[in-house]
Amino acid sequence: MHIPDGYLSPQTYIPLMGVFVVSAALAVKNVKKEVSARNIPYLGMAAAFSFIIMMFNLPIPGGTTGHAVGSAVIAILFGPWAATVAVSVAIIIQALIFGDGGITAIGANCFNMAVFMPFAAYYIFKLLSSNPAGSARVFFAAFISGYLSLVMAAVLTAAELGIQPMIASSSDGKALYCPYNLSISIPAMAIGHLLLFGIVEGIITALIVSYFFKNEPGVIYAFRKGGKNGD
Amino acid sequence: MLSGKEAKMEISKLQKKILIILLLLCLIAPLGIVIPAFFNAGEAWGEWSAQTVKELVGYVPQGLAKYSDVWKAPLPGYTMNAGDKSVMHQSGYYIISGIIGATITYIVMLLISKLIVRNGE
Repeated sequence: MHIPDGYLSPQTYIPLMGVFVVSAALAVKNVKKEVSARNIPYLGMAAAFSFIIMMFNLPIPGGTTGHAVGSAVIAILFGPWAATVAVSVAIIIQALIFGDGGITAIGANCFNMAVFMPFAAYYIFKLLSSNPAGSARVFFAAFISGYLSLVMAAVLTAAELGIQPMIASSSDGKALYCPYNLSISIPAMAIGHLLLFGIVEGIITALIVSYFFKNEPGVIYAFRKGGKNGD
Repeated sequence: MLSGKEAKMEISKLQKKILIILLLLCLIAPLGIVIPAFFNAGEAWGEWSAQTVKELVGYVPQGLAKYSDVWKAPLPGYTMNAGDKSVMHQSGYYIISGIIGATITYIVMLLISKLIVRNGE
Protein backbone atom coordinates (compact mmCIF):
# COMPACT_ATOMS: atom_id res chain seq x y z
CA MET A 1 0.00 0.00 0.00
CA HIS A 2 3.11 2.24 -0.12
CA ILE A 3 2.76 4.18 -3.36
CA PRO A 4 6.25 4.75 -4.84
CA ASP A 5 7.45 7.91 -6.60
CA GLY A 6 6.26 8.20 -10.20
CA TYR A 7 2.92 6.44 -9.78
CA LEU A 8 0.89 9.54 -8.92
CA SER A 9 0.65 12.71 -11.04
CA PRO A 10 1.39 16.08 -9.37
CA GLN A 11 -2.35 16.81 -9.77
CA THR A 12 -2.90 13.95 -7.32
CA TYR A 13 0.03 14.02 -4.93
CA ILE A 14 0.09 17.78 -4.32
CA PRO A 15 -3.55 18.04 -3.11
CA LEU A 16 -3.08 14.87 -1.01
CA MET A 17 0.06 16.38 0.51
CA GLY A 18 -2.03 19.45 1.39
CA VAL A 19 -4.76 17.35 2.98
CA PHE A 20 -2.16 15.42 4.95
CA VAL A 21 -0.42 18.57 6.23
CA VAL A 22 -3.74 19.99 7.46
CA SER A 23 -4.62 16.62 9.05
CA ALA A 24 -1.24 16.41 10.75
CA ALA A 25 -1.65 19.92 12.18
CA LEU A 26 -5.10 18.99 13.53
CA ALA A 27 -3.65 15.76 14.91
CA VAL A 28 -0.93 17.62 16.82
CA LYS A 29 -3.53 20.00 18.26
CA ASN A 30 -5.80 17.14 19.36
CA VAL A 31 -3.03 14.93 20.74
CA LYS A 32 -1.97 17.89 22.88
CA LYS A 33 -5.50 18.05 24.32
CA GLU A 34 -6.22 14.33 24.62
CA VAL A 35 -3.07 12.45 25.54
CA SER A 36 -1.71 12.44 29.06
CA ALA A 37 2.04 12.52 29.67
CA ARG A 38 2.13 9.03 31.17
CA ASN A 39 0.94 7.58 27.85
CA ILE A 40 3.89 9.07 25.92
CA PRO A 41 5.92 5.81 26.06
CA TYR A 42 2.92 3.98 24.55
CA LEU A 43 2.88 6.38 21.60
CA GLY A 44 6.55 5.70 20.86
CA MET A 45 5.88 1.97 21.04
CA ALA A 46 2.78 2.32 18.85
CA ALA A 47 4.80 4.06 16.11
CA ALA A 48 7.57 1.44 16.34
CA PHE A 49 4.98 -1.35 16.25
CA SER A 50 3.45 0.10 13.08
CA PHE A 51 6.92 0.30 11.51
CA ILE A 52 7.75 -3.33 12.35
CA ILE A 53 4.38 -4.87 11.51
CA MET A 54 4.62 -3.39 7.99
CA MET A 55 7.84 -5.40 7.45
CA PHE A 56 5.88 -8.65 7.74
CA ASN A 57 4.99 -9.09 4.08
CA LEU A 58 2.31 -11.70 3.59
CA PRO A 59 2.03 -13.63 0.34
CA ILE A 60 -0.93 -14.39 -1.86
CA PRO A 61 0.60 -17.64 -3.24
CA GLY A 62 1.89 -17.04 -6.75
CA GLY A 63 0.69 -13.45 -6.63
CA THR A 64 1.41 -10.26 -4.79
CA THR A 65 2.30 -9.42 -1.20
CA GLY A 66 0.77 -7.09 1.34
CA HIS A 67 0.91 -6.41 5.05
CA ALA A 68 -0.96 -5.15 8.09
CA VAL A 69 -0.46 -1.51 9.12
CA GLY A 70 -1.41 -1.36 12.80
CA SER A 71 -3.46 1.82 12.44
CA ALA A 72 -6.67 0.22 13.75
CA VAL A 73 -5.29 -1.01 17.06
CA ILE A 74 -3.47 2.29 17.68
CA ALA A 75 -6.65 4.29 16.93
CA ILE A 76 -8.76 2.20 19.34
CA LEU A 77 -6.20 2.23 22.16
CA PHE A 78 -4.82 5.79 21.91
CA GLY A 79 -7.28 7.63 19.67
CA PRO A 80 -7.35 8.26 15.92
CA TRP A 81 -5.38 11.53 16.17
CA ALA A 82 -2.56 9.84 18.08
CA ALA A 83 -2.62 7.09 15.43
CA THR A 84 -2.29 9.74 12.72
CA VAL A 85 0.91 11.06 14.28
CA ALA A 86 2.38 7.64 15.14
CA VAL A 87 1.75 5.94 11.79
CA SER A 88 2.85 9.06 9.85
CA VAL A 89 6.20 8.98 11.64
CA ALA A 90 6.61 5.30 10.67
CA ILE A 91 5.64 5.95 7.02
CA ILE A 92 7.93 8.99 6.66
CA ILE A 93 10.91 7.06 8.07
CA GLN A 94 10.14 4.12 5.76
CA ALA A 95 10.20 6.52 2.79
CA LEU A 96 13.28 8.55 3.79
CA ILE A 97 15.57 5.76 5.01
CA PHE A 98 14.32 2.60 3.29
CA GLY A 99 12.79 3.94 0.07
CA ASP A 100 9.53 2.16 0.94
CA GLY A 101 6.88 4.49 -0.48
CA GLY A 102 7.78 7.59 -2.47
CA ILE A 103 8.89 11.00 -1.27
CA THR A 104 6.38 12.72 -3.55
CA ALA A 105 3.78 10.20 -2.34
CA ILE A 106 4.36 10.81 1.40
CA GLY A 107 1.17 12.89 1.60
CA ALA A 108 -0.88 10.23 -0.18
CA ASN A 109 0.57 7.32 1.79
CA CYS A 110 0.15 9.10 5.13
CA PHE A 111 -3.38 10.15 4.19
CA ASN A 112 -4.37 6.58 3.28
CA MET A 113 -2.73 4.66 6.11
CA ALA A 114 -2.34 7.27 8.88
CA VAL A 115 -5.41 9.53 8.49
CA PHE A 116 -8.18 7.71 6.64
CA MET A 117 -7.50 4.26 8.07
CA PRO A 118 -7.35 5.09 11.82
CA PHE A 119 -10.50 7.21 11.61
CA ALA A 120 -12.36 4.50 9.69
CA ALA A 121 -11.14 1.92 12.23
CA TYR A 122 -12.07 4.05 15.23
CA TYR A 123 -15.62 4.78 14.12
CA ILE A 124 -16.25 1.18 13.04
CA PHE A 125 -15.10 0.04 16.49
CA LYS A 126 -17.28 2.63 18.25
CA LEU A 127 -20.26 1.58 16.14
CA LEU A 128 -19.86 -2.14 16.87
CA SER A 129 -18.72 -2.12 20.49
CA SER A 130 -20.81 -0.87 23.35
CA ASN A 131 -19.59 0.65 26.60
CA PRO A 132 -19.57 -1.22 28.93
CA ALA A 133 -18.90 -4.12 26.58
CA GLY A 134 -18.31 -7.83 27.09
CA SER A 135 -14.96 -9.25 26.04
CA ALA A 136 -16.46 -11.22 23.13
CA ARG A 137 -18.08 -8.06 21.79
CA VAL A 138 -14.79 -6.13 22.09
CA PHE A 139 -12.89 -8.90 20.26
CA PHE A 140 -15.47 -8.97 17.47
CA ALA A 141 -15.67 -5.18 17.10
CA ALA A 142 -11.87 -4.87 17.07
CA PHE A 143 -11.50 -7.61 14.45
CA ILE A 144 -14.08 -6.04 12.10
CA SER A 145 -12.53 -2.61 12.70
CA GLY A 146 -9.06 -3.80 11.68
CA TYR A 147 -10.32 -5.91 8.79
CA LEU A 148 -12.59 -3.31 7.19
CA SER A 149 -10.36 -0.30 7.76
CA LEU A 150 -7.40 -1.97 6.03
CA VAL A 151 -9.56 -3.11 3.10
CA MET A 152 -11.04 0.41 2.78
CA ALA A 153 -7.59 2.03 2.90
CA ALA A 154 -6.38 -0.40 0.21
CA VAL A 155 -9.35 0.46 -2.03
CA LEU A 156 -8.68 4.18 -1.50
CA THR A 157 -5.04 3.62 -2.51
CA ALA A 158 -6.21 1.65 -5.56
CA ALA A 159 -8.55 4.51 -6.51
CA GLU A 160 -5.71 7.06 -6.35
CA LEU A 161 -3.60 4.79 -8.59
CA GLY A 162 -6.46 3.84 -10.92
CA ILE A 163 -7.46 7.42 -11.82
CA GLN A 164 -3.95 8.20 -13.13
CA PRO A 165 -4.50 7.04 -16.75
CA MET A 166 -7.54 9.38 -16.91
CA ILE A 167 -5.60 12.33 -15.48
CA ALA A 168 -2.36 12.08 -17.40
CA SER A 169 -1.72 10.27 -20.67
CA SER A 170 0.57 11.18 -23.54
CA SER A 171 -0.84 11.94 -27.01
CA ASP A 172 -0.30 8.34 -28.11
CA GLY A 173 -2.51 7.09 -25.27
CA LYS A 174 0.26 5.83 -23.02
CA ALA A 175 -0.13 6.56 -19.33
CA LEU A 176 2.36 9.01 -17.79
CA TYR A 177 2.12 7.57 -14.28
CA CYS A 178 0.37 4.44 -12.94
CA PRO A 179 -0.57 2.59 -16.16
CA TYR A 180 -3.54 0.65 -14.77
CA ASN A 181 -7.06 2.07 -14.58
CA LEU A 182 -9.70 1.63 -11.88
CA SER A 183 -11.17 -1.55 -13.37
CA ILE A 184 -7.81 -3.25 -12.76
CA SER A 185 -6.45 -1.47 -9.69
CA ILE A 186 -9.54 -1.80 -7.47
CA PRO A 187 -10.02 -5.58 -7.79
CA ALA A 188 -6.25 -6.21 -7.69
CA MET A 189 -5.87 -4.33 -4.41
CA ALA A 190 -9.19 -5.41 -2.90
CA ILE A 191 -8.72 -9.17 -3.35
CA GLY A 192 -5.47 -9.57 -1.39
CA HIS A 193 -6.71 -7.34 1.41
CA LEU A 194 -10.14 -9.02 1.59
CA LEU A 195 -8.71 -12.54 1.58
CA LEU A 196 -5.59 -12.25 3.70
CA PHE A 197 -4.02 -8.92 4.74
CA GLY A 198 -7.28 -7.58 6.23
CA ILE A 199 -7.78 -10.76 8.24
CA VAL A 200 -4.28 -10.42 9.71
CA GLU A 201 -4.91 -6.74 10.57
CA GLY A 202 -8.21 -7.83 12.17
CA ILE A 203 -6.61 -10.59 14.26
CA ILE A 204 -3.77 -8.34 15.45
CA THR A 205 -6.27 -5.59 16.35
CA ALA A 206 -8.59 -8.00 18.17
CA LEU A 207 -5.81 -9.73 20.15
CA ILE A 208 -4.11 -6.53 21.32
CA VAL A 209 -7.31 -4.63 22.11
CA SER A 210 -8.61 -7.68 24.03
CA TYR A 211 -5.35 -7.88 25.99
CA PHE A 212 -5.64 -4.23 27.03
CA PHE A 213 -9.36 -4.66 27.74
CA LYS A 214 -8.51 -7.43 30.20
CA ASN A 215 -5.35 -5.97 31.75
CA GLU A 216 -5.30 -2.17 31.28
CA PRO A 217 -8.87 -1.17 30.40
CA GLY A 218 -8.29 2.37 31.67
CA VAL A 219 -5.84 3.04 28.83
CA ILE A 220 -8.35 2.35 26.04
CA TYR A 221 -9.22 5.69 24.44
CA ALA A 222 -12.37 4.38 22.74
CA PHE A 223 -13.90 3.53 26.14
CA ARG A 224 -13.07 6.73 27.98
CA LYS A 225 -15.82 9.22 28.71
CA GLY A 226 -16.53 11.27 25.62
CA GLY A 227 -13.40 9.77 24.09
CA LYS A 228 -11.29 12.20 26.09
CA ASN A 229 -8.71 11.61 28.77
CA GLY A 230 -10.80 10.15 31.60
CA ASP A 231 -8.75 11.04 34.66
CA MET B 1 13.81 21.12 27.60
CA LEU B 2 13.55 17.37 27.47
CA SER B 3 16.11 16.56 30.13
CA GLY B 4 13.97 17.77 33.03
CA LYS B 5 11.19 15.42 32.09
CA GLU B 6 13.42 12.45 31.45
CA ALA B 7 13.26 11.41 35.09
CA LYS B 8 9.47 11.34 34.96
CA MET B 9 9.43 8.95 32.02
CA GLU B 10 8.53 5.89 34.01
CA ILE B 11 8.08 2.73 32.04
CA SER B 12 5.46 0.38 33.46
CA LYS B 13 5.75 -3.40 33.60
CA LEU B 14 3.41 -3.75 30.66
CA GLN B 15 5.41 -1.20 28.68
CA LYS B 16 8.61 -3.13 29.38
CA LYS B 17 6.86 -6.26 28.11
CA ILE B 18 5.80 -4.42 24.95
CA LEU B 19 9.37 -3.25 24.28
CA ILE B 20 10.60 -6.85 24.57
CA ILE B 21 7.86 -8.02 22.18
CA LEU B 22 8.84 -5.29 19.71
CA LEU B 23 12.45 -6.47 19.82
CA LEU B 24 11.33 -10.09 19.28
CA LEU B 25 9.24 -8.95 16.30
CA CYS B 26 12.38 -7.37 14.79
CA LEU B 27 14.23 -10.66 15.25
CA ILE B 28 11.54 -12.68 13.43
CA ALA B 29 10.92 -9.98 10.78
CA PRO B 30 12.81 -12.01 8.11
CA LEU B 31 9.65 -14.17 7.95
CA GLY B 32 8.33 -11.16 6.01
CA ILE B 33 10.77 -11.92 3.17
CA VAL B 34 11.23 -15.70 3.54
CA ILE B 35 7.55 -16.69 3.53
CA PRO B 36 6.61 -14.64 0.41
CA ALA B 37 9.63 -16.15 -1.40
CA PHE B 38 8.49 -19.65 -0.37
CA PHE B 39 5.01 -19.04 -1.81
CA ASN B 40 6.51 -17.49 -4.93
CA ALA B 41 4.76 -14.17 -4.31
CA GLY B 42 6.21 -11.06 -5.91
CA GLU B 43 6.09 -7.38 -5.09
CA ALA B 44 3.07 -5.62 -3.64
CA TRP B 45 0.59 -4.47 -6.28
CA GLY B 46 1.51 -1.03 -7.64
CA GLU B 47 4.97 -0.97 -6.05
CA TRP B 48 6.96 -2.31 -8.99
CA SER B 49 10.25 -0.89 -10.21
CA ALA B 50 10.26 0.99 -13.54
CA GLN B 51 11.90 -2.09 -15.10
CA THR B 52 9.09 -4.38 -13.89
CA VAL B 53 6.44 -1.97 -15.19
CA LYS B 54 8.13 -2.17 -18.60
CA GLU B 55 7.84 -5.95 -18.50
CA LEU B 56 4.17 -5.71 -17.44
CA VAL B 57 2.80 -3.12 -19.88
CA GLY B 58 5.53 -2.90 -22.52
CA TYR B 59 6.74 0.65 -21.76
CA VAL B 60 7.90 2.83 -18.90
CA PRO B 61 5.40 5.67 -18.38
CA GLN B 62 7.24 9.02 -18.86
CA GLY B 63 6.30 10.40 -15.45
CA LEU B 64 7.31 7.18 -13.76
CA ALA B 65 10.70 7.30 -15.48
CA LYS B 66 11.12 10.93 -14.41
CA TYR B 67 10.13 10.54 -10.75
CA SER B 68 11.11 6.99 -9.83
CA ASP B 69 14.68 7.91 -8.91
CA VAL B 70 13.90 11.25 -7.29
CA TRP B 71 15.11 10.01 -3.90
CA LYS B 72 18.12 7.88 -3.01
CA ALA B 73 17.28 6.19 0.28
CA PRO B 74 20.33 5.15 2.35
CA LEU B 75 19.00 1.60 2.94
CA PRO B 76 16.65 0.89 0.03
CA GLY B 77 14.50 -2.21 0.39
CA TYR B 78 15.52 -2.82 4.03
CA THR B 79 18.87 -4.25 2.96
CA MET B 80 22.52 -3.17 2.91
CA ASN B 81 23.34 -5.25 -0.16
CA ALA B 82 20.47 -5.90 -2.57
CA GLY B 83 22.72 -8.02 -4.82
CA ASP B 84 23.50 -10.56 -2.09
CA LYS B 85 21.60 -13.77 -2.94
CA SER B 86 22.12 -15.47 0.43
CA VAL B 87 18.82 -15.83 2.32
CA MET B 88 20.81 -15.90 5.55
CA HIS B 89 22.55 -12.60 4.78
CA GLN B 90 19.34 -10.93 3.59
CA SER B 91 17.60 -12.04 6.79
CA GLY B 92 20.40 -10.42 8.79
CA TYR B 93 20.13 -7.18 6.80
CA TYR B 94 16.37 -7.25 7.32
CA ILE B 95 16.74 -7.64 11.10
CA ILE B 96 19.28 -4.81 11.26
CA SER B 97 17.02 -2.59 9.10
CA GLY B 98 14.07 -3.41 11.35
CA ILE B 99 15.98 -2.53 14.51
CA ILE B 100 17.36 0.70 13.00
CA GLY B 101 13.98 1.74 11.61
CA ALA B 102 11.94 0.82 14.67
CA THR B 103 14.41 2.52 17.02
CA ILE B 104 14.44 5.75 14.99
CA THR B 105 10.63 5.66 14.74
CA TYR B 106 10.35 5.09 18.50
CA ILE B 107 12.72 7.95 19.36
CA VAL B 108 11.19 10.41 16.86
CA MET B 109 7.70 9.63 18.14
CA LEU B 110 8.80 10.04 21.78
CA LEU B 111 10.41 13.41 20.98
CA ILE B 112 7.34 14.63 19.08
CA SER B 113 5.03 13.45 21.88
CA LYS B 114 7.14 15.12 24.56
CA LEU B 115 7.10 18.37 22.61
CA ILE B 116 3.34 18.41 22.14
CA VAL B 117 1.82 16.64 25.16
CA ARG B 118 1.30 18.93 28.11
CA ASN B 119 -1.29 17.05 30.19
CA GLY B 120 -0.50 15.50 33.54
CA GLU B 121 2.82 17.21 34.25
